[in-house]
Amino acid sequence: MRGAGGMEYFLQQLINGLTLGAIYGLIAIGYTMVYGIIGMINFAHGEIFMIGAFVSLISFLVLGTIGLTWIPLALLIVLITAMLFTSIYGWAIERIAYRPLRGSFRLAPLISAIGMSIFLQNYVQILQGARVKPLQPVITGGFVVADSGDFTVVLSYLQIIIMATTLALMIGFWAVITRTPFGRSQRACQQDRLMAGLVGINVDRTISLTFVTGAALAAVAGLLVTLYYGVIDFFIGFLAGLKAFTAAVLGGIGSLPGAMLGGLLIGLIEAFWAAYFDSEYKDVAAFSILVLVLIFKPTGLLGRPEVEKV
Amino acid sequence: MAAHPEPAPRIDVVAALKEAGLAALVALGLAIPLVGFQTVERIDGLGIDTRFGWVAVAVAAVFAGRLLLIFVQGSRHWGSRPKRRFVRLGENTKSHLRIVGMIGLAFGLAMPLLPFADRYYVDLGTTVLIYVMLGWGLNIVVGLAGLLDLGYVAFYAIGAYSFALFAIHFDVSFWAALPVAGILAAFLGVLLGFPVLRLRGDYLAIVTLGFGEIIRIILLNWYDFTGGPNGLSGIPRPSFFGLEFSRGEGGFAATFGLDYSPMHRLIFLYYVILVLALITNLFTLRIRRLPVGRAWEALREDEIACRALGINPTITKLSAFAIGAMFGGFAGAFFATRQGFISPESFTFLESALILAVVVLGGMGSQTGVVIAALFLVLLPEFARELAQFRMLLFGGAMVLIMIWRPRGLLAHREPTVRLSDGPPAAEQSA
Repeated sequence: MRGAGGMEYFLQQLINGLTLGAIYGLIAIGYTMVYGIIGMINFAHGEIFMIGAFVSLISFLVLGTIGLTWIPLALLIVLITAMLFTSIYGWAIERIAYRPLRGSFRLAPLISAIGMSIFLQNYVQILQGARVKPLQPVITGGFVVADSGDFTVVLSYLQIIIMATTLALMIGFWAVITRTPFGRSQRACQQDRLMAGLVGINVDRTISLTFVTGAALAAVAGLLVTLYYGVIDFFIGFLAGLKAFTAAVLGGIGSLPGAMLGGLLIGLIEAFWAAYFDSEYKDVAAFSILVLVLIFKPTGLLGRPEVEKV
Repeated sequence: MAAHPEPAPRIDVVAALKEAGLAALVALGLAIPLVGFQTVERIDGLGIDTRFGWVAVAVAAVFAGRLLLIFVQGSRHWGSRPKRRFVRLGENTKSHLRIVGMIGLAFGLAMPLLPFADRYYVDLGTTVLIYVMLGWGLNIVVGLAGLLDLGYVAFYAIGAYSFALFAIHFDVSFWAALPVAGILAAFLGVLLGFPVLRLRGDYLAIVTLGFGEIIRIILLNWYDFTGGPNGLSGIPRPSFFGLEFSRGEGGFAATFGLDYSPMHRLIFLYYVILVLALITNLFTLRIRRLPVGRAWEALREDEIACRALGINPTITKLSAFAIGAMFGGFAGAFFATRQGFISPESFTFLESALILAVVVLGGMGSQTGVVIAALFLVLLPEFARELAQFRMLLFGGAMVLIMIWRPRGLLAHREPTVRLSDGPPAAEQSA
C-alpha cells in the first residue's frame, strides 16, 4: 500500500485517521473532565481504557459460549456490560487512591495515580495472562468509496460504527453536561469547588460521577479498539493513555470540545505520519506535538489560560 | 483536648456492617469480569474459563478487611492522635538515622571482603548500588525540587549508549567517557526541561514520560547507530588505571602478584559504583546548603512565594533537572560497562517506575530512605522468587498505600536544611 500517491490514498488515510481520532477523543474526555474538576492528571485512565477492552473481550467470549450470535444484540449487551463494569473500576479507583489525598501536597495524587496504573496493569496481566488476546472479526465488510484502478478506498462498516457511536456519545454527553442537574453541578465544581459545596452541591458525589462517566466513555473506546484491531493485551493502556492525554492538552485541557478536536487531530497526524513518513516513528510524532504545543500554546487550541491565585 | 478523659470508642455495628457490605458489593462488581472469567487459548481460538471460587474469596476478603479497618480506625481515634505520633516518629528516626547511615556505609565498604561474599552477593550488591545511585540522582529532582520526572530512564539510557558508542567507535576508556556521558545526559535534560519547566508541574510528568518513550523508540529503530533491538555488544570493561582484569602478563592480578580470579573485576566494579553513588550522595548533601539547593526546597514548598522573593523558578528547576539527569547519565555509563551489552529492553518505562518507587517509598528527600527502598526492591524478588511475578503489583499497591498513609514517604525529609539561628534549634543534617 505504501508509495501509492494521489487522492485516493489520501482519502483512505483521512478515513483511518478519523476513526483512530474518534477513539482517542473518547479517552481524552476522561482526562480533561478529571483535570477540570480536581486539577490532576489521572494516570490510571489509560488502564481504565484497557480494562474496558478486556471486559468487552470477555463479554464477547461469554456471549459466544452461551450461543448468542445475533450481532446487533451482542454488541449492545457488550457495550452495556463494558460501560457498567468499567465504571465500577473508575469509581473504586477514585474512592481508594485519590479521595483520601484530596488537599494533600501536590505530587501525592499524581504518584498515587502512577502506582494505581502499575497496579492495574499487573493485576490484569496476572489474572488474564501476558499473551496478546485475539478476537475473531465481529463485523466485516464495507463500502468502496472510490476506486482508481490500482488503489481502492474502503470505508468499512466497522469504521462507520466507530464514528457513529462516538458522535452519538458526544452529543449525548454534551447534553448531559449542559442540560442535566449532574452537568450543572459538574460545571459548578469545575469553576469553584469550595463555593459549589457552600451552595449545597455534593462535591464528593459529583467528582465520583465524573470518574464514572469518564470510565464509561473509556470503556466504549476499549470496546471499539477491541473490534477495530482485533487484538488486545494488558499494556495497551499505556500508549493509548499517553496519546489521549496529548490530545487533551492539544485541544486545551479542561475543555470538552477541545478533547474531541485534539483526539481527531492526533489520530489524523498519526495516520498521515505512518502513511507518508515512517510508521515506526508515529508515536514519536505524537509526543513531539505534545512538547511543541506546550512550548507555543500551553493553553491548547480551545483552552482558557490558567491563572494561579494565592 | 488532652485534659479531657478520652471517650470510649463507640462503633455503630449496624453502620459498620452496612459499610462493609457496600464495599463487598463493589468488590463483587470489580471481581466478576476480570477474576471470575479467564481467557484461555484453545486450538480453535480464544475460549473462556470461570473461577467463581476466587470471586467469592475476594468478596469475603474485602468484607472482612473493611470491617477490620472500621474497628481499627474507630478504636484509634483518627484525626486527633496520629498527627502527634507521626511527629514523634520523625524525631526518633532522625537521631537514629545517622547511626544507621554510618553502619550502612561501613557495611557497604566492607561487604565484598566479608567471608560470605561470593560472586552472587557482590553482583547483587552492585545491582542494589546502581538503584541507590539512580534513586539519589532522581531524589534531587523529585525529592528536593519537587519535580515529578517519569522519564528518568531516558537519561540513564543516554548515558549508557553514549558511553558504549564512544567506547566502540573511538576506543575511549570508561573514565574518559564517564564525564561525557553525564554531560550529554544533562544537556538533553536542559533541552527537554527548558520549554516544559515553565509550565505547571503535572505537565512535566507527562512530557518526561513521553520523552522516555521517544528515546526508547529511537534506540529501537535507529539500526545503523544503536543496533536497534539487538543492542550494542562488546562494550569494553573498565580497567584498573590502565590495568586490564585479564589473565596473564600485564593484567591486574599479575602486576600485583596475585592469583588471577574473575572476582577481582566484580569487586572492582562494586567499588566503582559505591564511589559513584557516594559522590552523588555527598554532592546532594552539600548542595542542599548552597543557595541553589535551598531554592530547590523552597520551590517545592511554595512556588509563588519563591517568585515573590526573586527566585527565577525556571532556571532553578532547570538546574535540578539537569543535575539529576547528569547523575542518571553517570549511572548509565556504569551500567553499560558492567553489562558489556545494552539494548533498549533495559530502558523501559517499568525501569523509570522502579526508580521512582525507590524514591517515593523511601521518602522523598531522604537519602537513607532511598537506600532502604533500593535494598528492599532489589532483594525482595531475589529472595522470594515465587513472588517475582507479583513484584510490580506489590510496588504499585505500595505506592498508593504509602501516599495515603504518609504522603511524603516513609522517611520523609521535610525539615528545611538551613534555618535562621534565632529560630527553633537548628535542624540536624539528616542523612
